[in-house]
Amino acid sequence: MSRMGAGRVRMPASAKRGEVIEIRTLVQHPMESGFRLDNTGKEIPRHIVESFECTYNGREIFRAKLHPAVSTNPFFTFYAVAVESGELVFTWRDDQGGMATATSHLDVV
Amino acid sequence: MKRSEALGTSSRSSRRHEASRRRALGALLAGASLLVVRPATATPEELTAALRETFGDRPVNRGRVKLELPRLAENGSVVPVTVSVDSPMTEQEYVQSIHLFAEKNHLPRILEVQLGPYNGKAVVASRVRMATSQQLTAVAVLSDGSLWSAAADIEVVTSECGL
Repeated sequence: MSRMGAGRVRMPASAKRGEVIEIRTLVQHPMESGFRLDNTGKEIPRHIVESFECTYNGREIFRAKLHPAVSTNPFFTFYAVAVESGELVFTWRDDQGGMATATSHLDVV
Repeated sequence: MKRSEALGTSSRSSRRHEASRRRALGALLAGASLLVVRPATATPEELTAALRETFGDRPVNRGRVKLELPRLAENGSVVPVTVSVDSPMTEQEYVQSIHLFAEKNHLPRILEVQLGPYNGKAVVASRVRMATSQQLTAVAVLSDGSLWSAAADIEVVTSECGL
């Protein structure tokens, strides 16, 4: 139950120094709200992604706290200033110990 | 009969016995339904409470925030939402965080994001769940400590998210 689907990231592979780039992210996750009942009328326990963060060469540039009202397969678009070439690391964590990560390289020219 | 005794009811005539058994069963059923029935929606008071809990008594101004969402959602389980804040996003002046609230979901909080000058622009998009037709509120916390907000109404046709 604590397994999480793959995280996916779409962003440019390269950018000019100082350019603002768009980053689109998605992780496969049921985001079970804890408010739904199954066929027998039993409550389906809550199972949600609670946090998502992005670091750029080790520095945090985006952090989100999610509640059950975020849709299935949480999706975020946000922006970042391209300052130097390096790695962007994306991490999703759920409330059952599940974790997913993705890494993208950005070339700054 | 045995079941009635087990429930602690006693009577001389079988008719009275039956009536008290029904009452006991009724009470049991009422109790059971109380356990599973939740309030239909969060009230605006709960939204006010969530805002107070998050921002204390700090004044929340209207403006500088743009909240984009469809006016009508066929499916309340997947509602695209974009929040933009009018800010230069420099070291001196930037958006620290954006908070999104739903007035009539079970839980008024939807999501919170932390931002900084490294984002270049204060724009965030996601997809959220709306239990019913209602108003969404976005609040931005700026680096000077001021709070700015926007609200938008959405009409929801169906929602299966249970929120």
